[in-house]
Amino acid sequence: MAALKIKKGSTSHSAYNLRPTFSDEVETHTLAVLVDNEPGVLARVIGLFAGRGYNIESLTVAEVDHTGHMSRITIVTTGTPQVIEQIKAQLGRIVSVHDVHDLTVEGASVERELALFKVSGTGDKRVEALRLADIFRANAVDSTLESFVFELTGTPGKIDAFADLMRPLGLVEVARTGVAALSRGSE
Amino acid sequence: MTRQMTGAKMVVQALKDQGVDTVFGYPGGAVLPIYDEIFQQNDIRHILVRHEQGAVHAAEGYARSTGKVGVALVTSGPGATNAVTGLTDALLDSIPILVLTGQVPTFMIGSDAFQEADTVGITRPCTKHNWLAKDTDTLAETLHQAFHVAQSGRPGPVLVDIPKDVQFANGTYTAPEKSDTTIYQPETKGDITAINELVEAMEKAERPVFYTGGGVINSGPKASALLRELVEATGIPITSTLMGLGAYPASGENWLGMLGMHGLYEANMAMHDCDLMINIGARFDDRITGLISAFSPNSIKAHIDIDPSSINKVIKADIPIVGDVESVLTDILKVWKARGRTVNRDAIANWQSQISDWRKVECLKYVQEGKVIKPQYALSRLEALTKEHDRYITTEVGQHQMWAAQYLGFEDPNRWMTSGGLGTMGYGFPASIGAQVAHPDSLVINVAGEASWLMNMQEMGTAIQFRLPVKQFILNNERLGMVRQWQELLHGERYSHSWSEALPDFVKLAEAFGAKGIICSDPDDLDDAIMEMINYDGPVIFDCLVEKHENCFPMIPSGKPHNEMLLGEASTQGVIQAGGAVMV
Repeated sequence: MAALKIKKGSTSHSAYNLRPTFSDEVETHTLAVLVDNEPGVLARVIGLFAGRGYNIESLTVAEVDHTGHMSRITIVTTGTPQVIEQIKAQLGRIVSVHDVHDLTVEGASVERELALFKVSGTGDKRVEALRLADIFRANAVDSTLESFVFELTGTPGKIDAFADLMRPLGLVEVARTGVAALSRGSE
Repeated sequence: MTRQMTGAKMVVQALKDQGVDTVFGYPGGAVLPIYDEIFQQNDIRHILVRHEQGAVHAAEGYARSTGKVGVALVTSGPGATNAVTGLTDALLDSIPILVLTGQVPTFMIGSDAFQEADTVGITRPCTKHNWLAKDTDTLAETLHQAFHVAQSGRPGPVLVDIPKDVQFANGTYTAPEKSDTTIYQPETKGDITAINELVEAMEKAERPVFYTGGGVINSGPKASALLRELVEATGIPITSTLMGLGAYPASGENWLGMLGMHGLYEANMAMHDCDLMINIGARFDDRITGLISAFSPNSIKAHIDIDPSSINKVIKADIPIVGDVESVLTDILKVWKARGRTVNRDAIANWQSQISDWRKVECLKYVQEGKVIKPQYALSRLEALTKEHDRYITTEVGQHQMWAAQYLGFEDPNRWMTSGGLGTMGYGFPASIGAQVAHPDSLVINVAGEASWLMNMQEMGTAIQFRLPVKQFILNNERLGMVRQWQELLHGERYSHSWSEALPDFVKLAEAFGAKGIICSDPDDLDDAIMEMINYDGPVIFDCLVEKHENCFPMIPSGKPHNEMLLGEASTQGVIQAGGAVMV
């Protein structure tokens, strides 16, 4: 059977090395997933991402309709256009999922994230931190003589920018909620 | 009228109301209340298997051969974990089954109780949906929803985990018609614009081909009938995946045979060279496509599938149609007839003559000579001697499975049960039991390899106990044939652990269980031996000793396109030099 000319070490040793060369341009999309608020539903959604090797950049989940037992999961994910389409289709076929919206392609949307920053320092650094917080419209929600906890709401980019500025000024800890997003307009 | 009853009684009542006549199961501590209810009634027959994996595969065989939901009942912990392989198998092959598992009482969940396992957690990725029933009042509705989910849209396995205290407690029974099934309502009607586009493409196509799959069979017998009507009316050649065999008859004149890794030369060449590919209920599995970048490079691809996630998953569809096969085929026929029943007759005639040339390659040719039975010969004789029977075939997984798909002909849907997606060795025997339970008077044959068969051989006890005359046709090459073949082709003929040593004497094994054993090693004795198997009223283990080093051809090596198939040694002898065995 050496006559079959299958080269030693060739990739055809694996039955699974068959991935096509789709567009490999990676995009970031924000998905809003409306689900039944029932035990295990979050596990179904994140299990899908883990099991099929999709990325989760950020994830927020909370009940949004108490009487209807509905929760909204907002997921920021990255992937090639084909992978993003697959993610949406795979989410859509989970029985507990009612609706999947891709806010990135379905018209304009607003995205906000809340973050808490603990910044410790004294002297000039402390003054500078407070001044920058003012510029970013961050609120000090806790303060001691050597530290502040700032609360900031904004786009993930704004929060990243604030974190970058705080780092040399004594940033100790950051807590972020992940993105919440809604489409713009009346619908 | 509201009815009060225990959760255990509700389970039995819900099964009856759903038209279930058979349950495959194995009792244990956490399902005793349900078994107590089963004991006290006669409407539902319980088939006691010998291992929970067997229960689930039997339910699959039952479901696949009837079109109904197959039901398995197992206990908590190990009962549930043993069901996992069967659930995954059913998920990949879209088989509607319901698995009921017992669970430790709700107040003990999470305490690492005896025979406790996180069943819904373990089975979440291998079911279409699953439920932990925590409340007796909602148990009946959950069970009805489970049936609904299992058989609606793309079918699949579902699981309901029922804690023991929920089985004992009293609650209100909800009838099926009162249960809320709006939770899951997949779209079944295809988009009419896309259907029009497809019909237009069909009218113009010069080299069209139908590529059909298990979705046609899952859609129901009407879908197969519509497919036959469409194929006959248009004269478009048709090939099918392993899972779709029988939707179009093997004796039909437009039949190309199975496609894919071990598919027929003419089928794969037609797929490669076509200008319009109409995929109906198949999913471009990697066993079908081969090298994706070279897959059918010059065709328009239409894809009909009820599951939107199948579309564009592997191959980009030019004409995607999400819908149920029966509904979409009805619309295609309606539109095509209304537009004047046009096809490009001249071009299709040329296409058919091209296909006839490919057929002349005779890719399934083999030479039976000498005193050793070739597996292909064994299956050809099995086909010849059983095709007039009311016959159901199941298989295990490996070379014998591919040969069965190549050499047996299927005239009707639901007659062929095999593990396609998951490739589960040990599937065929319990599946044959499920099919035989559903069709007690039919001839049910499990085409097996000796290695696969041993994986669930304990089910001989089930076959004997319930007088199920299943025929176990074992092509015994004392090898894990497909593993051996890959080692020969791709791993320098280093046969690492791919032989079956210390095999039992299958005739004595059969006799030990109280079944009949037949051994056959001489091609001249084969016909008589097969007839003896068919005519015996009871289970038979047929130990067919075959050529040990036979390879399964044709074969598309992994990572190769369709037009680079390897053809068998027999057909290449003298025609092609050894160095040119890679066909182009």
